[in-house]
Amino acid sequence: MVTLSVNGKTQRLDVEPDTPLLYVLRDNLGLHGPKFGCGLAQCGSCTVLVDGRAVRSCSVAVGKLGPGKVVTLEGLGTVQKPHPVQRAFIEEQAAQCGYCINGMVMQATAFLSARQTSPSEREIRQALQRNLCRCGTHQRIIAAVKRAATLMGKGA
Amino acid sequence: MATLETTRREFLLGTGVLVVSFSLTSPARAQGPGQTKPVALDQVDSFLAVHRDGTVTMYTGKVDIGTGIRVALPQMVAEELDVALDKIKLVEGDTALTPDQGPTWGSLSVQIAGVQLRQAAATARKALVDMAVQKLGMPSADLAVKDGVIFVRAEPHRRLSYAELIGEQAFNLKLDPAAPLKNPKDYTIVGQPVPRPDIPGKVTGAHTYMQDFRVPGMLHARVVRPPAIGATLESVDESSIKSIKGATVVRQGSFLAVVAESEWAAVKAAKQLKATWSKWEGLPAPAKLWEHVRNTPVAKDDVAVNQGDPKAAMARAAKTLKATYDFAVHTHGSMGPACAVADVKSGKAEIWSPSQAPHWLRKEVAYTLQMDPKDVHIQYLDGAGCYGRNGHEDATCDAALVSKLTGKPVRVQWSREDEHGWDPKGPPTLVEISGGLDAQGNVIAWDAELWVPKADITEWPRTLAATLAGIPQKEAINPGNIHRNLDPSYPFPNQRAVAHRLATTPFRPSWIRTPGRMQNTYANEVFIDECAAAAGADPVEYRLRYLTDPRGIAVLRAAAGLAKWEPRPSPRRDQTGPIARGRGVAYVKYENARTYVAGVADVEVNRQTGAIRCTRFYVAHDCGLIINSDGVRAQIEGNIIQTVSRTLKEELKWNRSRVTSVDWASYPILTFPDVPEVIMELINRPNDPPWGVGEPAACLPPPAISNAVFDAIGVRLRSVPFTAAKLKTAMATMKA
Repeated sequence: MVTLSVNGKTQRLDVEPDTPLLYVLRDNLGLHGPKFGCGLAQCGSCTVLVDGRAVRSCSVAVGKLGPGKVVTLEGLGTVQKPHPVQRAFIEEQAAQCGYCINGMVMQATAFLSARQTSPSEREIRQALQRNLCRCGTHQRIIAAVKRAATLMGKGA
Repeated sequence: MATLETTRREFLLGTGVLVVSFSLTSPARAQGPGQTKPVALDQVDSFLAVHRDGTVTMYTGKVDIGTGIRVALPQMVAEELDVALDKIKLVEGDTALTPDQGPTWGSLSVQIAGVQLRQAAATARKALVDMAVQKLGMPSADLAVKDGVIFVRAEPHRRLSYAELIGEQAFNLKLDPAAPLKNPKDYTIVGQPVPRPDIPGKVTGAHTYMQDFRVPGMLHARVVRPPAIGATLESVDESSIKSIKGATVVRQGSFLAVVAESEWAAVKAAKQLKATWSKWEGLPAPAKLWEHVRNTPVAKDDVAVNQGDPKAAMARAAKTLKATYDFAVHTHGSMGPACAVADVKSGKAEIWSPSQAPHWLRKEVAYTLQMDPKDVHIQYLDGAGCYGRNGHEDATCDAALVSKLTGKPVRVQWSREDEHGWDPKGPPTLVEISGGLDAQGNVIAWDAELWVPKADITEWPRTLAATLAGIPQKEAINPGNIHRNLDPSYPFPNQRAVAHRLATTPFRPSWIRTPGRMQNTYANEVFIDECAAAAGADPVEYRLRYLTDPRGIAVLRAAAGLAKWEPRPSPRRDQTGPIARGRGVAYVKYENARTYVAGVADVEVNRQTGAIRCTRFYVAHDCGLIINSDGVRAQIEGNIIQTVSRTLKEELKWNRSRVTSVDWASYPILTFPDVPEVIMELINRPNDPPWGVGEPAACLPPPAISNAVFDAIGVRLRSVPFTAAKLKTAMATMKA
């Protein structure tokens, strides 16, 4: 048995401890936010927050996760009540196929939450450099992160 | 049968609230129980159904692979039918319910399918008005239509809604090509940047992708790929996975898979399974690729253009030039590896797939299962963007075959290595161009040759499952219409362009965004730049010497204006530091038949490291009537950024047995720090037909960047990708 805290709920699950967190979130808990992209921690599609930090859930075994609190895309907000980062992505129409967008939103949330001030464009590009997008939505994603910083009340 | 319904979503648009709702569920058939909904392309009922509650369901065989047609096509229907956009429900890519409007390819969804839907809506609207004329006893000139209600202009209380006139009944009408279309000046929905309905769900995890879809009792499967492309399976040690609970082997011929109730068990079993395969080393040596291409037997020649007398003109030219351009093998590189679910039982196949071509896939699955296509039902679900025929169709046939062999519903999820290593590839492309200039430097002769594989254009690429399982398949390859745009977009007096269609190509080919049109435009637009440089002319002015098409002239001037282009010949010779800046231009009329695009690339070249950065890319774009301006912008951004990646970084690697670019480390793509800023100007022509947007602008980066590098440092790059190593070699060659 493995015990996890996911989106504020404690979950006790009968899974092999070597199972990557991603498979548990998707297959055992039915969550759709984190995506399988590479299984190699190269693309970022599977990103979740663990105690506020962006983590590649495809490459963390649940047995080694420890007591960290996991938050997925679903845990940030909903269509009706989106998180400011999600709202910014909607307002900028920052998705094409949208498969990478989970990772973009989660990485941006971790990045913005950890700072007091609005980031420069260069800082946003650096923060997202390990998140891949194939459709070429980058320009809108950068704009969405800038907008999210404003929505979150980050100072200049 | 499992069904899936997306929730109703609300969106704020600047002018008010719009509610767009979509359903992926097979809706109640409009024709009543026992009757099959028509899907023929000439029937209004194939495309549209009006319901009693005033909503309208529209049906399209095209699918939204991330391009935004999920809102653009409804905009066209809502506009022409005169119903509010929030009353339209869309059913896409369901082979039982939607007309076969062709695969979602070639930048043709709006241009072909949208125009068909628009004509269906116009036919329906005319029929509804005719019914109202009868029932209200008024001539049509005295009637007006708004939001699905027909009323007497002078007495608005005398009204009939579409729902009252035909709710839940069939039109039983053929599409009328003469049904009057709205005057574009009256458009209120077409042209608007209406937000996409799927984005809120996609950024909150509420959207159901193919990869999220499950059916009860489903097994997870992984296919175990051979260690060499053409290897055959000799033996399998089934006991090698007995430590993994519930995992079992499934095999037909050399098709080898494992299934398990848990996905992770299937992943582990696929990795752990011991199998013996034959040796195979049938790929050409990578270093001798272009030699291999030149030596491949030619199946036939396609003459793209042959006018005047290029040979005689070349003989009298004051100056001649010749250059060879090559373009590497590319993979689609979808962010999400392919996935599909299949439930094959009692002689029927129920399939869920992210394929760009559900109607074609129906035949592929039927072939793989040796069934009648009418017993195969495909429903589309969003996958990761595919940019052409990637692994989706293969994964679907994998799932179908495993389901048939196990008798259970099966989900196949490809690994990253499956997708990079086994999706069909954009073939290696080689172009050679000779040109003759007169004493003033004008092009008087142009002679181009292209070496690319042949295309059995009505055939789908052969599926891996059928090949491995030993199901006989007709020999056929289809990389798409890759000879197009070999003829230059300029009316040179003496020009010839011939595509040598090769009988074979090293990797199973398919189309990848802007297939051939990208590679051919790259060669043409670099070569004309070479001619301009030989003539000492400004590259924009030089192109304008030849262009006679006013729309072509307009986009080229618009791109130059947007970039604040300063006329001068390339290269500039005023830079000495380690970083040299340059700019290059490119222009094309897509397939010399439709969308006009022109672009300017700004680059920075590091002379010491050889690294090239494209910092800014300006695009002017004329696709005729714009349906959704924000959708057009998104597609242009995607075209440019993705193709800058392909131009600067992407190149498939292999050894004699297999692809060795199997992940993002061995097939790197452009990342955020190096993404250019894309700046664009859209030219809207409301009175012209709406043309494609998903591909044309992708023609621009390879030539514009090559031309910009030449402008910066005087070195010509003629081999995509333009890696640092190639640039350093080219610089050394120039010095020598």
